[in-house]
Amino acid sequence: MEKDFDVIVVGGGLSGLAAAYTMADAGMEVLVLERGDYSGAKNVTGGRLYVNPVREMFPDLWKKAPLERFIAHEEVSIMDQDRSITMRYDGNELAQEPYQSYSVLRGKFDKNFAKVTERKGVSMVTKSRVDDLIIENGKVEGVMAGEDALTANIVIACDGVLSLLAEKAGLRKPGLDKDHAVGFKEIIELDRTVLEDRFNLEGDEGAARLYMGEVTRGKFGGGFLYTNKESISLGIVVGIKDLMEEPLVQAPDLLDAFKQRPEVARLIKGGQTSEYSAHVIPEGGLHSMGKLYGEGILIAGDAAGFSMNIGVTVRGMEYAMATGYYAAQAAIKAKEAGSYNAATLAVYEKLLSESFVMKDFQSFKEAPHALDNPRFFNRYPQLAGDIMRDLYAVPNGPKERIYPTMMKYIKFNEMFAFLKDFWGVRKI
Amino acid sequence: MSELMGLKAKLGLDVFKHDKEPHIKIKPGMEKDARLKKAVLVCPAGLYSENAAGEVELTIDGCLECGTCRIACGTEVLEWNYPNSGCGVQFRFG
Repeated sequence: MEKDFDVIVVGGGLSGLAAAYTMADAGMEVLVLERGDYSGAKNVTGGRLYVNPVREMFPDLWKKAPLERFIAHEEVSIMDQDRSITMRYDGNELAQEPYQSYSVLRGKFDKNFAKVTERKGVSMVTKSRVDDLIIENGKVEGVMAGEDALTANIVIACDGVLSLLAEKAGLRKPGLDKDHAVGFKEIIELDRTVLEDRFNLEGDEGAARLYMGEVTRGKFGGGFLYTNKESISLGIVVGIKDLMEEPLVQAPDLLDAFKQRPEVARLIKGGQTSEYSAHVIPEGGLHSMGKLYGEGILIAGDAAGFSMNIGVTVRGMEYAMATGYYAAQAAIKAKEAGSYNAATLAVYEKLLSESFVMKDFQSFKEAPHALDNPRFFNRYPQLAGDIMRDLYAVPNGPKERIYPTMMKYIKFNEMFAFLKDFWGVRKI
Repeated sequence: MSELMGLKAKLGLDVFKHDKEPHIKIKPGMEKDARLKKAVLVCPAGLYSENAAGEVELTIDGCLECGTCRIACGTEVLEWNYPNSGCGVQFRFG
């Protein structure tokens, strides 16, 4: 039977749009179904896109892409209760083109990506929630969106981290708390000149700041701050499993406490909050992924679990774009072969394994396990603070020798835990 | 001000389009289930609360569709779907 489309893409976020863009360039008939009022309406990012891995995949995208600021100033702070220690990385190296990362806002970035994609001849339907897959004789033949039955040779599920479609296709089970984090943030508007002065930014330069330790009460995760053109993205990411364990704290309270820290309060002072958003993030890595394809179906982006936290870099969007691109390549090959079964679509996994995507996920497959260590978020920030205090303190009276002072914090039996923790970090 | 504002006020800044039915429901009989109590902690919009009888209640207005409750509590206690087409939160910045 003749199908309505070559491919139906479910979800008009980054992976869905990347797939549609790529297939349209190959002359395929593609329909994108997006449940929001526009692309980006349901999407949230912490704030930063690393462009290098995906720049050449989407040559028509960048020229007018609404990128906010290129990140030229990196900072990471270890926060203890009344103090923090900060490391800054900047200078000419980060301020040279091509810039490696930009702060972005999905409401703007995805909307523009959708426009570029639509111009290539892709049919885009917004305000359309896909409710089910049409499956005949074990093969996906299309989707049900409300009353509409829409058919295609291939469905690409780019329906986000929960991917209800991948579940319906039997390719994955509902996600587990240990493999997911939740991010929530505020957009805080600030006058452009105030923002640039406050963060020491020249022109379109931007700053990225990460905070760990007390900011999540020692739970797995951290705080983040990105400067946009005329606003700040300020938020928290915290592991969902950790959030449910002692010390019990309500998620929104973490962000309020973060905003009240003097180190942060003065950065956002006078700003006007204009939006509050939240989203689940897949962080389980390779070990927690489901199947990437089935009969007549491919899974890309967050829906397939392509997001990674390895400490100072937290990445998801470029994996979403790249997996959308490779899913499209697989669909193009399937059309050439005139075959849409799982055996043909397996080429998707092959393409991914040859790309930076699977190479990264292989390289960092032990990272979630190595980083999931309460001492990194709890004990070490405290220890680092104690050592700093004693290094800098000048008491009324004689100052103690530095080495013994430092060593008094490290109890003998803790040495083994230290060695074990840093031995674990070797795997990252 | 960006300085502390209540959660309600924060959610009031977002654009929501009303849905005719709640897209997430507590499954009947599960109101006192221990798994559901986790939602009270983890929901970034603070939409879950426990009443005097020890039952968890959900107010759907202000849902950010983040998915945290589905991950935290599971599908045995929650009937979880996205809002109907064109409904729910519409992020302007995201």
